[in-house]
Amino acid sequence: MSEITLKEMAKKPDALVCGGRLCAGCDETIVVRQVMKATRGPTIVTNATGCLEVSTSIFPFTSWEVPWLHSAFENVAASASGIEAAIKAMQKKKEGPLAKYPRIDVIAFAGDGGTYDIGFQALSGAIERGHDFTYVLLDNEAYMNTGIQRSGGTPFGASTTTTPAGKVVHGKTETKKPIDEIIIAHGTPYVATINTAWPLDVIKKTRKAIEVDGPTFLHSLAPCSRGWRFSPEKTIEISRLATQTCVFPLFECRQEKGRPVYELSAPSLAIAKRPETKKPVEVYLEPQGRFRHFFRPTRNEALLKEVQQSIDTRWQILCEKAGV
Amino acid sequence: MVLKQKMTGLNGDEASAYATKQVDPDVVAAYPITPQTIIVERYSEYVADGLVGSVFVSVESEHSALSACVGASAAGARAFTATAANGLALMWEILYVAAGLRQPIVMAVANRCLGGPINIHNDHSDAMGARDAGWVQIFCENSQEVYDTSVEAWRIAEHPDVQLPVMVNFDGFTISHTMENVYTLEDVDVKSFVGKRVYMKTESPRGEVEFRLDPENPVTIGPLDLQDFYFEHKVQQMEAMKDALKAIGSVDNEFEKITGRELKYVYPYKMEDAEVAVIGLGSAMGTVREVVDELRVEGVKAGLVKMRLFRPFPVEELKKAICNVPVLGVMEKAYSIGGPGAPLYEEVKTALYDIPRRPLVADYINGLGGKDTSPDMIRDVFKSLQRIKEKGTVTEPVTYVGVRE
Amino acid sequence: MSEDKKRGWKTLPKGAVPYKSSKDYKTGDWGVAKPIIDHTKCTKCTLCHFFCPEGAIKVREDGYTEVNEDYCKGCGVCANECPVKCIKMEMKK
Repeated sequence: MSEITLKEMAKKPDALVCGGRLCAGCDETIVVRQVMKATRGPTIVTNATGCLEVSTSIFPFTSWEVPWLHSAFENVAASASGIEAAIKAMQKKKEGPLAKYPRIDVIAFAGDGGTYDIGFQALSGAIERGHDFTYVLLDNEAYMNTGIQRSGGTPFGASTTTTPAGKVVHGKTETKKPIDEIIIAHGTPYVATINTAWPLDVIKKTRKAIEVDGPTFLHSLAPCSRGWRFSPEKTIEISRLATQTCVFPLFECRQEKGRPVYELSAPSLAIAKRPETKKPVEVYLEPQGRFRHFFRPTRNEALLKEVQQSIDTRWQILCEKAGV
Repeated sequence: MVLKQKMTGLNGDEASAYATKQVDPDVVAAYPITPQTIIVERYSEYVADGLVGSVFVSVESEHSALSACVGASAAGARAFTATAANGLALMWEILYVAAGLRQPIVMAVANRCLGGPINIHNDHSDAMGARDAGWVQIFCENSQEVYDTSVEAWRIAEHPDVQLPVMVNFDGFTISHTMENVYTLEDVDVKSFVGKRVYMKTESPRGEVEFRLDPENPVTIGPLDLQDFYFEHKVQQMEAMKDALKAIGSVDNEFEKITGRELKYVYPYKMEDAEVAVIGLGSAMGTVREVVDELRVEGVKAGLVKMRLFRPFPVEELKKAICNVPVLGVMEKAYSIGGPGAPLYEEVKTALYDIPRRPLVADYINGLGGKDTSPDMIRDVFKSLQRIKEKGTVTEPVTYVGVRE
Repeated sequence: MSEDKKRGWKTLPKGAVPYKSSKDYKTGDWGVAKPIIDHTKCTKCTLCHFFCPEGAIKVREDGYTEVNEDYCKGCGVCANECPVKCIKMEMKK
């Protein structure tokens, strides 16, 4: 781990090169660039259908300089399972083109669509079978690639094209699926949340996830300037606010002797130790057009209070779990 | 030179599992579904006893089964799966992906009818529903053919002119669960015939590469195609399937030399002077053959064409096989609700439409949902064909055989 | 791209493998503004390299960063995030 510093990592060439067609300021590519800095050797990537996959592989161009497979929307965990099984088989038999590598890491990228909803079954199955791979969830909180429709990862109150804020209904009425808890409940060896506003934290956690044997899960927030409706230069700023308001706390969870052991990461630990530094959730919500109806034409105090309370409760539960 | 073979009692599922064990693919990812369960169970026993080097992935659904196979195959491994009916239906999306991404996966299908209502028994509706996806489809009449095809399938799939996935079809329960005498090759001979996997050559931004995931020569598999390239890529697949018509024959020629069992795309039986004939797929054709023999004794000039290869559709071989028969009855265990006929009838008629002396063709849908196709029913079909011959025209293009009104 | 449209099914790589790197697709004309880095103020923190969605900001041998205008989409994240505000977005002419 000692060689992981920003200066060292800056020298590492990108696995995802320039020329991709994602929107200017898209956080997904920032996540992928940071995550891929953490690879430790030969790596194969598989990718679910979504913004990232579609924009980095428009035939005849490809932005990937690592071996990369896309097959469908709901099966990235099954693809990863197959790739991992192939590597294991060839190494066990000591024959086949991948047998010569002492080790190949498998990384799966998927959006919230391909993880919370349609891809959930495959993910749950892959974890239960214990395949050795790292799953990175790029959570932009809606089906962004098809035009901002709601997903199981869309937060309460957010306006999407299928949960629009209208005269009667104020955006999404359901809460965000607690995907981290669900994955932790599977007994997944290592689960962590990552935020591109803290690149070194992203890289270190990714390296840990790769090194841990068995399935590992990294959940990254991926603010979308189009879908969340903010000006593109604010991508990292919004991402940072998510953690500073405890909407998206940073933590790790390992399994130790059959128990989940939680550890808050530095930015969230700092808030836990000095609660007065915790920013109110509206500081995060206000710059985003998808929460516009919370503030205009008048402030919806009831809605804001409800959101603040639920964030506070979840934050408290997490702090208790982390023993802080 | 015909190699030494051992006779063993195996049902269709066991024959599939045993042949696959001898091939020892790197990855087997499968989900149990009646009547294919014996395949996965038997294979799991082989794994548990250390008889194979395969990694067995107990996937949580058929969709994931084929997805895992696509992942494994893309990574350069040999990948095998098996399914039936609704399982095949569940993986329907990935059938197109596997074929479109040119993965030479082998899949055994113990043909079973599609629900609803749910029914675990045999018909060909599952395979027929998949016929457009781009898989090579071979239909086996008995356990021997299941064994032979399950070995051969790998060489067909990986043939340099093909590089497409292969579906090995056999009737659920009728064949999958019925024990027969099967001649099996020695392990070493199977391994020698199948050899090492052959990879397709392609081009990445770095130049010519093998079409597989390898950190040393990265390729991007499964890109986004827009309107400018998709059609061209599909045509490549279609042309590969056309090339398969010749390629499969070359693999057949090689394989029949070591087994001593003749391999053809279609098997004409007593067709040279036939006046009424039946054509179809699968185990029921064995019963038809018996009836043809009986009818011949009774003075009826009956004939049979058993089709083994369905995709790619062997048009030329079909044309030759029917000889000059004036009336042809298609007996099939499938349907295309709302269509002008059922699938095999439509394809046979289309294939024969342009020949100068085309036979009258009639469709006899039978055996749906596992309803038995008895010799008496087959006799009824031949009687119907004789009436058509006498009339000189087909008044009822599609009839149901063996259904209570 | 026009000469690629001439590649038909007979010559396209098998398996639908993309045969060009996206490095050949210059997205530099997407933005209306471009970042100007003031090296006199830059502290070589490298954060702009890690925050650039495109990977268009490289860290040089001497530790300073520079923008590859062939690919910069002008999103402005680098300018917004620079801890010492040494990057300014300038409208293109």
